[in-house]
Amino acid sequence: MIELSGVHKSFGAKHVLQGIDLTIPRGESMVVIGGSGTGKSVLLKCILGLVRPDAGSITLDSEDVTRADRDAFLARFGMLFQGGALFDSMTVWQNVAFRLLRGTQKRPKAEAREIAIEKLRRVGLQPETADLFPAELSGGMQKRVGLARAIAAEPEIIFFDEPTTGLDPIMSGVINDLIREIVTEMGATAMTITHDMTSVRAIADRVAMLHNGVIQWTGPVAGMDASGDPYLDQFIHGRATGPIEAVR
Amino acid sequence: MDTLLSPLAALGRATLSLLAAIGSVAIFAADAVSQILRPPLYVREFGTALLTIGWFSLPVVALTTLFTGGALALQIYAGGARFNAEAVVPQIVAIGMVRELGPVLTGLMVSGRVASAIAAELGTMKVTEQIDALTTLSTNPMKYLAAPRILAATLALPLLAGVGDVIGIMGGYLVGTSRLDFNAATYLTNTAQFLVAGDVVSGLVKAAVFGFIVALMGCYHGMNSGRGAEGVGRATTNAVVSSSVMILASNYVLTELFFSA
Repeated sequence: MIELSGVHKSFGAKHVLQGIDLTIPRGESMVVIGGSGTGKSVLLKCILGLVRPDAGSITLDSEDVTRADRDAFLARFGMLFQGGALFDSMTVWQNVAFRLLRGTQKRPKAEAREIAIEKLRRVGLQPETADLFPAELSGGMQKRVGLARAIAAEPEIIFFDEPTTGLDPIMSGVINDLIREIVTEMGATAMTITHDMTSVRAIADRVAMLHNGVIQWTGPVAGMDASGDPYLDQFIHGRATGPIEAVR
Repeated sequence: MDTLLSPLAALGRATLSLLAAIGSVAIFAADAVSQILRPPLYVREFGTALLTIGWFSLPVVALTTLFTGGALALQIYAGGARFNAEAVVPQIVAIGMVRELGPVLTGLMVSGRVASAIAAELGTMKVTEQIDALTTLSTNPMKYLAAPRILAATLALPLLAGVGDVIGIMGGYLVGTSRLDFNAATYLTNTAQFLVAGDVVSGLVKAAVFGFIVALMGCYHGMNSGRGAEGVGRATTNAVVSSSVMILASNYVLTELFFSA
């Protein structure tokens, strides 16, 4: 279980997170929605320890994430980055097997390659793609490779940063389905940040809406349409007018 | 009152930001050194860095020092002729190359070639979140990216400067024997007899320091790159400019140290 309480983070004069309280129960798929620049990525990076919050606490199974042994802590996580963040200098299989080729989870090269190919197959890629370089792949294929890398070491918790951004609607649907299937079959805890409502409905067990640096609304995905929250309503229906000010 | 104080405020701001930059480079350098000293070393990354920084810089270093050695011989001959000391060409070319121009030119050329390449590569990795990805894959970017490059440059530069010294002296020799009527055997004997171990060693120590500076500035600016293509571009420029200035400044400090010793 991941628990955030009173998390604050500023960048210069910009107060991005202004007291975030959020609980992500084990085995659930939480989706955080919110407009661009509301601090969704910052929130995610705070949990991973890539950004240090100014105040508040973040715990994973009651252990403070900033005090945990970094390697052991990060070994429990997998992350799919927005742009894939694949390493250009390595082939696809070396990217997928990165964690299996070094450090505490190191195993023989042949075995790591086999696992990588199996994970690539799981995300719908042919074994032939294993020896290509990331630059030779389309955007959708890069996302799939990123997904395969995120699940390669069987993490307990998986983070998805805008998994469908930049993909066509059909490929978005495919990635959403893959994420849902993988999270369910691995029994992993998942946290996704997105502003794609189709994604939300496909992936989420629970939804949290981030606005003005706080969690504006949180609840099960089924309760989203009848929430009665004007901010959430405006967001899910994509209205230009409402309590959230949009610059024209 | 405000108008009176604003130049002072600007001076204060500039001083503070300079001190902050020095502090953050120092912290970065200390972290990098501690990562180099603590095992494990990523051997493959170290090997690749050694190859790109050392081996592939050989042609540019060779050409630079060859022409400089030749020009140096002509200048020393012209200067020496004013007080009938033309005969010192071999000795002064040797000492000038080995103690000063070999390491400095190697450092500056490698700065242009390597600091920029490292900053652009790591800057792009930073911008495309590959450095964050490394961290989430339980790999310390300082250990995986910075340590191998800095260690490789620190070891490769003395070797490059050594080769540069020899080629620079050869440039002087070629000009001396073909243009200035020096006897080939005498030129070489004079060079060899005149140089002492301290000349060579001091030059190679300088080169090692320059190598450290080049890779450090490349890594520092790359890993702290701003957003987008513009951020990477600025990181690349800053890496080359700062490493070149630091090479020349540290060259003076080191020369002063060796001079007093």
